[in-house]
Amino acid sequence: MGKTIAEKIISEHAERNVSAGETAIVKVDYTFTHDASGPLFIKQLKELGTTKLHNPKHTIIFIDHAVPSPRKEISNEQNLLRKFAAEAGCIFHEAGSGICHQLIAEYYASPGQIIVGTDSHTVTAGALTAFATGMGATDVAVAAALGKTWFRVPETFAIQVDGKLQKGVYGKDIILHLIGVLGADGATYKALEFIGSTIDTLPMSERLVLCNMVVEAGAKAGFIPSDEVTRRYLAERGRAKEFREIRSDSDANYERVIKIDASILEPQVACPHSVDNVKPISKVEPVKVDIVFIGSCTNARLEDLHIAAAILNGKKIHPETRLIVTPASKEIYSKAMADGTLNTLMDAGALITPPGCGLCFGALGGIPADAEVVFTTTNRNFVGRTGNPNAFTYLGSPATAAATALKGRITDPREVM
Amino acid sequence: MAGRAWKFGDNISTDHIAPGRYFHLRSNLDELARHVLEDARPDFPTNVKKGDFVVAGVNFGLGSSREHAPTIIKLVGVEAVLAKSFARIFYRNAVNIGLPVVICDTSLIDDGDLLTIDLSSGVVFNHTKNLKIRFPPLPAAMKKILDEGGLIPYVKRFGDLPL
Repeated sequence: MGKTIAEKIISEHAERNVSAGETAIVKVDYTFTHDASGPLFIKQLKELGTTKLHNPKHTIIFIDHAVPSPRKEISNEQNLLRKFAAEAGCIFHEAGSGICHQLIAEYYASPGQIIVGTDSHTVTAGALTAFATGMGATDVAVAAALGKTWFRVPETFAIQVDGKLQKGVYGKDIILHLIGVLGADGATYKALEFIGSTIDTLPMSERLVLCNMVVEAGAKAGFIPSDEVTRRYLAERGRAKEFREIRSDSDANYERVIKIDASILEPQVACPHSVDNVKPISKVEPVKVDIVFIGSCTNARLEDLHIAAAILNGKKIHPETRLIVTPASKEIYSKAMADGTLNTLMDAGALITPPGCGLCFGALGGIPADAEVVFTTTNRNFVGRTGNPNAFTYLGSPATAAATALKGRITDPREVM
Repeated sequence: MAGRAWKFGDNISTDHIAPGRYFHLRSNLDELARHVLEDARPDFPTNVKKGDFVVAGVNFGLGSSREHAPTIIKLVGVEAVLAKSFARIFYRNAVNIGLPVVICDTSLIDDGDLLTIDLSSGVVFNHTKNLKIRFPPLPAAMKKILDEGGLIPYVKRFGDLPL
C-alpha cells in the first residue's frame, strides 16, 4: 500500500513506517508562538523547569496579534516575549513584521517539514507541503523544549478540484464551498489534500488560502502536493534549495474523495454565525454592510490587495460603508505602497492599518458597533469573533469584499469587474 | 457530591469560551475566567460552582488553539466537559492541562441535572434521571497524560512523551 503525504512526512520524522491511525513520536522542524499564546507558552516552559530550547534557531516568536499594542496589559506581555526571545536566543519577529502564518510561508516553510505553532491557522503552511498544525501552548512549549511531539497519523481526504474558475471566483470560494459541504466538524482529525487540474495552476497566494481554512472543517492538516508552483515560489524567495517534490503515491489510501467542479462555482459567502453556513452569492440577501475588512492570514496578500484595487480603482466606496485594509506582512505592505495599490485603495476611501492580525480576532483594528454588519476576508465568523457579540459577520473573497465596499451591500464581484 | 449540568448547544467555539475582546486579560487568567462562556450563557460565569459539569452537543471547542479556553473552564472549578464530540485542538489542550473531557451521549442529560463521574470505569451517573451513561476511555497516550494531571507534570516525571 502506498502512502499519503501525511503518512510520508510523519514516517520520515518518526524514523519508522507509520500509517493512518497509528500514533508516533516525531521530530519537529519548527515551533512557533505569538503574542496571543506566547506568555502561556513561556509559563509552561517555566513549569517544565527549563527555558532552554532544543534548537533556538528553530523556535520563532512573533508579535502579530495586537499590533501596535492598544493596552498596557498587552504591552507588558509583549515585553515578556521580547525578553524571553533575547534570553533564549530564538528567532524573533517584532510588531509590524506581519502575521506569523504569512512569515512562515515567506521565510521558513518548505516541503516535508513538520511545523507546530500555537495557532490553529498553522495549517496554512501545508500549501508548501509541510505538515503544519496548530496546538496549544503546552504542546508547543514541550515540543520546543524536547524537539519533538506526538501525533496520531491522520487519515486523508482527497479534495479533487477540476475545471477553470470563472472570472471573479477564487481559491477562497473553493474552500468556503468545501467547508459548506463538509460542515464545521466534517474533517475532524483528518488531513485534506487538494489535487486536480484547478489546483495545479493555482498560484501560491491562493493555495495558502485553501490550506489556511482546512481547520474550519476540523482538519488537522491540509496539503498541496509540491510542484512547479512551489519550486518557483521558493526560488523567488531565495530558497530554491529547500524544494522537494512530495505527493501521495498513486496507490495511497484516501478515506474519502470529494470532487468539486470549479467551472460552475459561484463566489461563496459564509453567513453568520458559523463558517459552514455557506451559500453561493446568488442565494445571499444583499444585506447592507457597515464595515468591510480585507485582512488576515487568509486573504491579505499582495495578490488580494491587487484584486481589491482593480475593482476600486478610480471609484469611491459607498458613503455608509467603512473599508479597512490590513496587509498580511511588512513586505506586502511595502510592495503595495511602491506599486500604488495602497494609494488606489486609500483614494477609494480605505483605511490602511499596519501589518498584523488586525480585526480578525476581535481585540482591535475596527471593532463593529452593536448590530453592525461586517464583511471580511478572514476565516471565522463566530459570535463575538470581531470583538462584539452583537455584530454579524460574513466571510468571502477579497473581490466580493471590494465589490461589497463599493455598493454598501453584499455584492457579486462579477457585477463590477 | 454531585455537580450540576450546565447545558450548551452544538459548535461552542473558543470565541464563546474565551472571547477575543478580553485579549488583554490573558495575562490575568482569574479575571479572564470571570467571562468564561459568557457569550454562550451569560448566567454561567457568575453561577457556576466547583464540581459542576459543562455538557454540550457536537464539536465543542472549535476554532482557535487558545489554551486559555480549557484553562479557564478548569479554573472556575468545572469537574469535566461532556460532549457528543470535540474539536481536535481543544480536546488535546484540555487533557494537556488536566481537564477531563468525555465523549458521551449528552442528550441523556438536561440542564440542571445532578451528575457525578467515575473516570476510571467510564461512567457518568445522572442522579436526577437515575441513569448510567457509559463512555469510551481516552486514547492510551492521552490517558497517561490526564492521569498525571497534564502534559507538564507527565514530562517532568518521566522526562519524555507518553508513548
